[in-house]
Amino acid sequence: MTEPGEPSLGGTDDGRGSGAGSGGGGGYDATFRVWRGDASGGDLQTFTVPVNEGEVVLDVIHRLQATQAGDLAVRWNCKAGKCGSCSAEVNGRPRLMCLTRMSTFAEDETVTVTPLRTFPVIRDLVTDVSYNYEKAAQIPAFTPRPRDPDGNHRMQQVDVDRPQEFRKCIECFLCQDTCHVIRDHEDNKRAFAGPRFLIRLAELEMHPLDVRDRRDAAQDEFGLGYCNITKCCSEVCPEGIHLTDNGIIPLKERVADRRYDPLTWLGSKIGRRRPS
Amino acid sequence: MDFERHAYDVVVVGAGGAGLRAAIAAHEAGARTAVVCKSLLGKAHTVMAEGGIAAAMGNAWPEDGWRVHFRDTMRGGKMLNHWRMAQLHAQEAPDRVRELEDWGALFDRTPDGLISQRDFGGHRFARLAHVGDRTGLELIRTLQQRTVALGVDVFMECTVTRLLTDDEGVTGAFGYWRESGRFVAWEAPSVVLATGGIGKAYKVTSNSWEYTGDGHSLALQAGAGLVNMEFVQFHPTGMVWPPSVRGILVTESVRGDGGVLRNSAGNRFMFDYIPDYFRKETAETEDEADRWYDDKKNNRRPPELLPRDEVARAINSEVKAGRGSPHGGVFLDIASRRPAEYVRRRLPSMYHQFKELADVDITAEAMEVGPTCHYVMGGVEVDPDTAAAGVPGLFAAGEVAGGMHGSNRLGGNSLSDLLVFGRRAGAAAAEHAAKRSGLVALAEEALTDAARAALAPFEREGGENPYTVQQDLQQTMHDLVGIIRTAPEMEQALTRIAALRERVAALSVEGHRQYNPGWHLALDLPHLLVVSECIARAALEREESRGGHTRDDFPAADPEWGRTNLVCSRAADGAVTVARRPLPQMPPELAEVFEEAP
Amino acid sequence: MTATAPRGTGAVTPGRGDGGPAPRRATIAARTLRTDRWWVQPLVTVVVLVLFIAYSSFRAFQNAYYHAEPYISPFYSPCITTRCEGDSFPEFFTGPAWISPALYILVLPLGIRLTCYYYRKAYYRSFWLSPPACAVAEPHRRYTGETRLPLVGQNVHRYFLYAALVFNVILFYEAVRGFRDETGEWGHMGLGTLVLLVNAVLLFLYSISCHSCRHIVGGRLNDFSEHPLRYRAWTWVSRLNARHMQYAWTSLFAVAFADFYVLLLATDTIQDVRFF
Ligand code: SF4
Ligand code: SF4
Ligand code: FES
Ligand code: FES
Repeated sequence: MTEPGEPSLGGTDDGRGSGAGSGGGGGYDATFRVWRGDASGGDLQTFTVPVNEGEVVLDVIHRLQATQAGDLAVRWNCKAGKCGSCSAEVNGRPRLMCLTRMSTFAEDETVTVTPLRTFPVIRDLVTDVSYNYEKAAQIPAFTPRPRDPDGNHRMQQVDVDRPQEFRKCIECFLCQDTCHVIRDHEDNKRAFAGPRFLIRLAELEMHPLDVRDRRDAAQDEFGLGYCNITKCCSEVCPEGIHLTDNGIIPLKERVADRRYDPLTWLGSKIGRRRPS
Repeated sequence: MDFERHAYDVVVVGAGGAGLRAAIAAHEAGARTAVVCKSLLGKAHTVMAEGGIAAAMGNAWPEDGWRVHFRDTMRGGKMLNHWRMAQLHAQEAPDRVRELEDWGALFDRTPDGLISQRDFGGHRFARLAHVGDRTGLELIRTLQQRTVALGVDVFMECTVTRLLTDDEGVTGAFGYWRESGRFVAWEAPSVVLATGGIGKAYKVTSNSWEYTGDGHSLALQAGAGLVNMEFVQFHPTGMVWPPSVRGILVTESVRGDGGVLRNSAGNRFMFDYIPDYFRKETAETEDEADRWYDDKKNNRRPPELLPRDEVARAINSEVKAGRGSPHGGVFLDIASRRPAEYVRRRLPSMYHQFKELADVDITAEAMEVGPTCHYVMGGVEVDPDTAAAGVPGLFAAGEVAGGMHGSNRLGGNSLSDLLVFGRRAGAAAAEHAAKRSGLVALAEEALTDAARAALAPFEREGGENPYTVQQDLQQTMHDLVGIIRTAPEMEQALTRIAALRERVAALSVEGHRQYNPGWHLALDLPHLLVVSECIARAALEREESRGGHTRDDFPAADPEWGRTNLVCSRAADGAVTVARRPLPQMPPELAEVFEEAP
Repeated sequence: MTATAPRGTGAVTPGRGDGGPAPRRATIAARTLRTDRWWVQPLVTVVVLVLFIAYSSFRAFQNAYYHAEPYISPFYSPCITTRCEGDSFPEFFTGPAWISPALYILVLPLGIRLTCYYYRKAYYRSFWLSPPACAVAEPHRRYTGETRLPLVGQNVHRYFLYAALVFNVILFYEAVRGFRDETGEWGHMGLGTLVLLVNAVLLFLYSISCHSCRHIVGGRLNDFSEHPLRYRAWTWVSRLNARHMQYAWTSLFAVAFADFYVLLLATDTIQDVRFF
């Protein structure tokens, strides 16, 4: 969620949204600038393309594909904001194309669609997101406590609420794209896992069944310290996950318990607190 | 030709729920396993599943058990299901769900801390394990994380275009990297098909572009049979407005949680469409239906929760009779029946979806919904216990396999189907591979031939663009082989499909091989055509109405057809043929289940 | 070379199949393609914070006009030297007269704000431009975030919170003292009392809504269901925490205003409004 008074990047409220279904219906011709090219170079190409009422950016890209540029590369699957495939940057903002309604743009506004900047481009709007899959594979796997004697796991809803928020993640990698730690510093990719995987660590840390301690790893291997909590990840998340407030900051606090807080450390040694 | 080559014991095609579950099972059985999928890992269509996983765990209702689930499944499928599949499915689903928790899944809980279970159409008891309304996402993420933790190799954005076989059975598969357009071949004694469905044959569908019937078509080409292809499920509630999201699913949980269907006059029309078959267990008055949500013991279910085929047909008739909503659907109303807070908590992603896509606040106004092509009951004919298809080394699980759901699938039974038969397929594939390892080799001519076929669209010039052909096919299926079918229309459809086949053969694509969606579609279209033909031929053959197959010219169910399966196969000359086969009969002990009190 | 990782590592990559060098990012020269006025937010933050710092430094060094019976400026509270104006407490020691008593204590309120998760976001973005706004390139060549000294020190935030809580008590105490009149008789209330009270309340809300506070009261637990009281406290703090940014700003304005009000009284510019 975007804090009031701040420009929103991921939200729907950019002041112009009049909403689909309102207004005079009917289509119009929009001007689109789409980045086309591959790793060896490319540029923004301008198209004039018809737009109908109620459409989203992805519809228009598909129309381009079907009528003007048959080989325009774009990734998509569900067209309903559920799979996280159609990530791109629309007018410089990381967005899901299928959730960006055309009604949020003025009819005479040029809409610029570019691939995610943080990742190597494959072709046109498609980028190589393998960085994310590599980081995912490095996270120490879920390690549950044994089941109850009757073969069930018992957990209370209040205990699963927190990790469930993070499991809403559709892996669109918009947060990874927008995070300046890697967006502006390619060399940090080695040491930093990105917000998506910091909340994955937070999820596992807060998982009522998990018995593993990932706090040291979070700091040393996944680069939690690189995050300066500037919250761009929370701003772009299409699932409305509060990455920073509910995931990254609590994780930083948990790491502080272990690393930077002599009192808590002492407490845990004497065994008053949760053993770590 | 020089290809990238790999050797595995088991190659799983498709990374949805069934594919990943199969890969996990094969890996755990010791097989060298690879998963090949058209999209990125974790994007498969399974993420779209909302409602839950049907499993008779008895957490909400101790009375529930596999026998009741089995009976519900069979009745929902109008008794055309393969009894053994329905039995295995009902028996094993609870364990498959519990095991997901060992891999990190976080289902919603009951007050005792067990997995919470929700009501769904056609299920006698509340039995869908769920996570809000994003259960599919939870399932796929859990399996994905497990697959990665085990270290299974995944070939992402890679499409299989051919299965390779010799006289002994499967020897491997051939495909291309979507990214580079380069070819790749896998040598493997076992291949598990888990490619999902065929929704892209229809104009209004809840399915993604991936659903082009690849697995159905690959199996057919390899010599396996497709059973029950005439049964296509139209989900009663898809979005109808705005046009660009037409077909996107509105989960059945909206109705399970209190939503009702109304026509333009504001009537709950479903009360007029209760079939005799379900009259005993369906409420007769609105009062009784409303009481059911709180007191399920003493009241009967609202008719909105009848099986999907019934509801879809009812909506279709209302719209045809001119009582539809402004954009050609009916109203699904939860706003006036439940507090806004409740709706947001129980149906968060529906709330989100309507807000984002249609700018409709479902806590304040009714949704407009109409039928959308959702699922194909038909698929590869398999052995229930091993998921083995007719060709040695070929296995199929999930939507691409047929038989489990008969003529109509109950909501929630798909996710459990994926898990139960995904695991069985993976294990059996590993076992088969152990016997055949070292005995398979890829035939060079077959590879060269597959490569040549894949490149053909580039060679041709001045042909049509594949998008137009796909649209025409979708229109044909929508108009002529849709929810309500008649013989003349289907005959016309077959003529058109034949014409489309020629157009596909003459297609040409622009650009080069690197990430070229036009080319990818051109290679998917032949699959789509052959499945469409199977659907049309089988539908023309079955002269009765049952489940997901409704004939205007034969409106009643026919007991004789109730004992008959239709199996499509490919003749030597490549033509699709349809044969009648007797339906496997269940043993008497099982048949007794249908006498038991509900 | 294959495009999948060797068996056992679990790494997965979208295939290139050519084994060539890692492809690069899309060539887009513009620093950002955002079309909105993304620079407004950081600019406003800079202006407001600079004004506040200028004013508060001036007042802290001024060493005068911070006391107007029965009120004391929050900048000087608690006033811990014997050289304080008025009869303040606790008169720990006597420092050189030229050192303003504010300087001994201001480090603590300054510390909590400097290490506050919200203010970190605000100043990293607006002063350090890291990043200036989401999806706008930052100007630095290298970036290590909070991984090394001095910024790794941000992890001691919780200790500043403890100190701030002590200050909160003192500020309430001072506000309550505002219910006495100039002669020390109870039963008085003036606008100044209200100003100090509001200031104390807002500062308290600021502290209690702190992310570290949220962690300490319950956030560090994984088994809420076993600790119903702490869970209640956590839910409560979580609700306040969602408004932490608002409290951060309003309490900042409140402190400055309270001080300014005392300044006006102390310089006899205005007279306190007496309610009773
Ligand atoms: S808050 Fe941290 S993780 Fe999120 S975008 Fe900013 S620096 Fe990256
Ligand atoms: S956390 Fe949000 S933005 Fe990041 S990948 Fe997940 S859904 Fe996308
Ligand atoms: S296409 Fe699935 S999120 Fe946009
Ligand atoms: S005071 Fe702001 S986070 Fe602690």
